[in-house]
Amino acid sequence: MTATVGKVPDALADPLAAQKPSSLWRDTLWNILRQRSAVVGLTFLVFLVAVAVFAPVIATYNPNEPMIGVQAGAKVRMPPCIHLLGCPANLPQHLMGLDGNGRDVFSRVVYGARVSLQIGILTVGFAIILGALIGAIAGYFAGKTDNVLMRLMDVVLAFPSLLLAIAIVTVLGQGLINAQLAIGIVAIPVYARVMRASVLSIREQEFVAASRALGESRGGILVRRVVPNALTPLIVQGTLGIAAAIIDVAALSFLGLGAQPPLAEWGSMIGIERNAVFAAPHLIIFPGLAIVVTCLAFNLLGDGVRDALDPRLNR
Amino acid sequence: MTALAPPARGPDTAAVGAPLVEVTGLVKHFPIKGGILQRQVATVKAVDGVDLLVRRGETLGLVGESGCGKTTVGRLLLRLIEPTAGTIRFDGVDITHLPDRQLKPFRRRMQIVFQDPFASLDPRAPIGDSIGEGLRIHGLGNARERAARVKRIMDMVGLQQYHARRYAHEFSGGQRQRIGIARALVLEPDLVVCDEPVSALDVSIQAQVLNLLKDLQRELGLTYLFIAHNMGVVEHISDRVAVMYLGRVAEITDRERIFAEPRHPYTQALLSAVPIPDPELRRSRVILGGDVPSPVNPPEGCRFHPRCPLRAELGNPERCSRETPQLVDAGRDHLVACHFRGPDAPAS
Repeated sequence: MTATVGKVPDALADPLAAQKPSSLWRDTLWNILRQRSAVVGLTFLVFLVAVAVFAPVIATYNPNEPMIGVQAGAKVRMPPCIHLLGCPANLPQHLMGLDGNGRDVFSRVVYGARVSLQIGILTVGFAIILGALIGAIAGYFAGKTDNVLMRLMDVVLAFPSLLLAIAIVTVLGQGLINAQLAIGIVAIPVYARVMRASVLSIREQEFVAASRALGESRGGILVRRVVPNALTPLIVQGTLGIAAAIIDVAALSFLGLGAQPPLAEWGSMIGIERNAVFAAPHLIIFPGLAIVVTCLAFNLLGDGVRDALDPRLNR
Repeated sequence: MTALAPPARGPDTAAVGAPLVEVTGLVKHFPIKGGILQRQVATVKAVDGVDLLVRRGETLGLVGESGCGKTTVGRLLLRLIEPTAGTIRFDGVDITHLPDRQLKPFRRRMQIVFQDPFASLDPRAPIGDSIGEGLRIHGLGNARERAARVKRIMDMVGLQQYHARRYAHEFSGGQRQRIGIARALVLEPDLVVCDEPVSALDVSIQAQVLNLLKDLQRELGLTYLFIAHNMGVVEHISDRVAVMYLGRVAEITDRERIFAEPRHPYTQALLSAVPIPDPELRRSRVILGGDVPSPVNPPEGCRFHPRCPLRAELGNPERCSRETPQLVDAGRDHLVACHFRGPDAPAS
């Protein structure tokens, strides 16, 4: 053992002091980044967000402007024409062809990313906020409140979700906002149940009793202690839910109940051209692919987040 | 630092030895619900008529087997759960039915240290926040004063300053228990209920934490209700000891007397089960037959009568199974709940 002579500098007195504290949220982020599927999903999503944000730069044409009569050689439902791949130079270049109204499909798919991402996040955001509120109140206050709220949720859950959404849109009227509202309402019970379950387990924890012993009010305990600890399963459910919301709104738009023309929305693009599926398959394939890729990205991220937060799978 | 002044205390009870907490006839029945309609099918009589007196400045050890209701008594006393019947008086004030708002000033004066140091800290809060929580809840001082108070209390329990920004999962069990103690003491309470604070710790750490609790008691003039099932721990820390069996108190007296001359047959059996670190020593052991009866359906009369060696010795007197014995003073502040070990009976 070497004897150190003189005063040890303060920073060296305890090597642990120099180490950064690790909050659970930060640890969680690192765990997520260690999951391969989450990283793949996240990469996809960053790409999609970039496409949505820079849509005016990426899109080659105005998504709502018909090319017929504007461009020489433009035809309705023209298949993709890419000069590099041998498309005759006398035809105008359209990466994904033209749709039934002579609009550039590539530009519409690019702009559609804006619509779909916004749909997914807003719809799930709405459902999570209301669902978490209902679930937290039901779980924390228990008893009659719990019974009334959760039976209400059961009623909503009992309907096939798309059918109920169609019914809600029928009542509220067609339109993208109403379609989102409908899908959001249908999703509330899922989040309410998840939240209630985790609140039920957390409110019995000793640190909650400790807060009560210190004199914290019931509301204070719910907001400061219970909710922050009950959030993780909700985040997983929400990430997975975004994909489902995008598909559901696309389905409503496909049926003509959601996005209204001329808005470039993937579901309605497919819906409008569904009869041309054999004559001009590119009108179905490209928006369809966009939906698949987006949902896949959210699902991969959701799976990764779930694995990262599941203590049994951790290390 | 007027904002951080200690809470107001009753002048008449400020003296050491005056009653701080008085519990009379405390009852807690937990319903068992069953069937489709969730009707109440039975009750667990966790606490069934407990009388206790905790004096200011003392440590009252509360011992008994698991399931005898010790923890429930501790939580009832702090109003963490609502009693079915009975009264709780804290510093002369009946707090049994006080609504939350009026209870809040009392919450400041009675705190709890939990058994499980892992479950009793919020995993998402830095421990500095956990410790200072009480100051925030009671709106004491400004942010700087609170931070200073948290630092001082962390120093007292042997935590480093830089620990304040860390999270509970970064600490060992012993350190977490220190955090729990700091959180309980930051409000300068009169009473601290220690709910088996060392039973989840390693033996080597147990002694550290026990000595810390003792030192803090001396420095801050604390009163402890110390719940434990380990007789060695109780002997180390208590001034007086209460023994519980199946939701009732069997015997209360000074530490010396309970270990030297226990009167209640259950206490005698309990003490004879304590191992003595001397292989040469032979002693008479009282081995009890059977298990602790279920608190759903406790025996009539004296709770202990089906297993009582004294009753068997006396030829099974009917009184034991018919009449519930009350705590009576057998002399020199030695309370016993036994028909045949009261004041007029000789201690065996």
